Amino acid sequence: MDNLNSLLDGFAAILTPGNLLIALLGVTIGTAVGMLPGLGTAMAIALLLPITYGMEPTQAFIMFGGIFYGGMYGGSTTAILLNTPGQSSSVVTVLEGFKMARNGRGGQALATAAIGSFIAGTIATIALVFVTPITVQFAIGLGAPEYLAIMVLALVATASVLGSSRIRGFASLLVGLVIGTIGIDAVTGQQRLTYGVPELASGIDIVIVAVGAFAVGEALWTAARRKNGGDEIIPVGRVWMGRSDWRRSWGPWLRGSALGFPFGAVPAGGAEVPTFLSYVTERRLSKHKKEFGNGAIEGVAGPEAANNASAAGTLVPMLALGLPCNATAAVMLAAFQTYGIQPGPLLFEKESALVWTLIAGLFVGNAMLLVLNMPLIPLWVKLLRIPKPYLFAGILFFATMGAYATSGQSFELFVLLALGLIGLAMRRFGIPMLPMIVGVILGPMAERQARMALQLSGGEASGLLGGPVAWTVYGVIALIALWPLVSLIRRRLTRDRTGDRDAVAA
Amino acid sequence: MTAADSGDAAEAVEEQTDEQPDEATGAVAAEAAPPKRDLAQLWVCGFLAVLGVLVIVDASRLGGFSASNDPIGPKPVPIILGILLFAVAAFYALNVLRGGHGEDEGANANERFDLKTVGLLCAVFIANALLIDWLGWVISGSLLFWGAAVVLGSRRYFLTLAAAVVLGLATFYGFAIGLGLGLPAGVLQGIL
Repeated sequence: MDNLNSLLDGFAAILTPGNLLIALLGVTIGTAVGMLPGLGTAMAIALLLPITYGMEPTQAFIMFGGIFYGGMYGGSTTAILLNTPGQSSSVVTVLEGFKMARNGRGGQALATAAIGSFIAGTIATIALVFVTPITVQFAIGLGAPEYLAIMVLALVATASVLGSSRIRGFASLLVGLVIGTIGIDAVTGQQRLTYGVPELASGIDIVIVAVGAFAVGEALWTAARRKNGGDEIIPVGRVWMGRSDWRRSWGPWLRGSALGFPFGAVPAGGAEVPTFLSYVTERRLSKHKKEFGNGAIEGVAGPEAANNASAAGTLVPMLALGLPCNATAAVMLAAFQTYGIQPGPLLFEKESALVWTLIAGLFVGNAMLLVLNMPLIPLWVKLLRIPKPYLFAGILFFATMGAYATSGQSFELFVLLALGLIGLAMRRFGIPMLPMIVGVILGPMAERQARMALQLSGGEASGLLGGPVAWTVYGVIALIALWPLVSLIRRRLTRDRTGDRDAVAA
Repeated sequence: MTAADSGDAAEAVEEQTDEQPDEATGAVAAEAAPPKRDLAQLWVCGFLAVLGVLVIVDASRLGGFSASNDPIGPKPVPIILGILLFAVAAFYALNVLRGGHGEDEGANANERFDLKTVGLLCAVFIANALLIDWLGWVISGSLLFWGAAVVLGSRRYFLTLAAAVVLGLATFYGFAIGLGLGLPAGVLQGIL
């Protein structure tokens, strides 16, 4: 039970006043950005990254963990009270949550979301403690070709599985890969894609990419759609749950957790699918089927638990393999890299204390969130009254500050604006952002693994294919790539049938 | 909708929640009612193609040397990326011409796009980038905040300015002096 001992050490490390304060700061920031529409945890961590350069890595990661979990809590509040999902993972919460709020049961919806998030977060973090070391055991035996295969899988999967349009996912991914290629080639020292600009030789910092795409892009997007009039906020009332609410919630919480965690842990599983699945499951199992669509508490409890559990799940591949599966994990991975820490199987050996403190921090942050949020939700809601001009002026202000601080050159600000404009275009044209971010991070890593694999095989192309593990992964990639063909055929069949029926009807 | 013949739960929810259908079903719907094509998306295809040209041109100028410790050199990856960029640009264009939409189902296509505000915001941003080294973070950052807030619709000019200066000073003292972040003092060097 080495891991449990390490975890206890992690708890010992976090239970100092300073670290607890940082965890509190993290969950507070996380809740705030999760609540404010247009802001997200990925953006918050990217903005804070340059500021935390002066901190100990451990403290920075305690804070990031807090932000990560806090964002999940905050997102549900906006979904329930404002009818606007803060993130795509709370789309499902809106369905029943907003109806409940309209029926005057907003307090109960918020309570089941908060308690469900806590329970799911705790279960999933416990699962994380046990699953990650197993994944590490598996990963430690992998060589360069296997890593290459897994990275290609992550790239292809984020581009094609998430989002509604594959071609747009791949467009986003390619832009990210190109950005990742800019700079001096690590092996030969040749400059690629710098076109003689000396500032580009060191490449474009992932922080600049994330801040540009998320923060500056969002500010420009707000400018482009400058709408007058705010959203209507439904008053909360007291956040509590009656006995029947408890009875109806605990099942969905547990099932939601069970659905969410594995999806989070798989590359590109994401939080969207498990929340949908949880919603459907609860609707099928519920004794109150008629209430669905009019504010059924199960429809809030299940998806909210699922989305939290999947958030914890995404930390498994990030910590064990160095693979980011959502935007926040991608930025956290970038944070590891800026501290000179390479996530992956060796992380648990080399930075054992850091990792276990981070995990302990997740438990602590999760508990803090419950204590903080249940009584304070009415206060949090006041945040939504911050006028947009100030909010986004502030975001631009901090984005600029952080970007400048990465290198101390105003050139970075022009790169930041360029990426902001790319982010604006992506929002306007409905192109997903995640593939680009993942491409910037994983692209160079995948190239390095490919060249390493070829180096080991002495230039034989077979070295790229590696062993059975890599073959399996390539099989999965092929399956993902060919899936549209399968569904196309299925749809053709369906369409023919519908066509026949229409003909009959006519 | 009769498409719900499969037991695929996620699909069933999709219909239920008015989630946008994916490309192919979108195309089916499009056949029923002629779609409003969002041709502005072709700019994206153009961008991807130009990016492809830039990547290929740059790759072709790379010295193609290979060593025993690096059999393929720095060239192949950009070349593959360039080819993929052309391919994606072409398929993207095809998709747009057939009425394809992005994640929001083209909801944003009809919305008014306020180019003037975006342009002004960019101008404020560029002004800061040009002035930061000379004026220093406190002044240029305050101007950035004030300018951005005004462009985005704040009408309480003095209050905003006060907030901007407070933010500028607070971040400079807190982060540059407190946490050692590299922010320039500029003309205020020695005063702050």
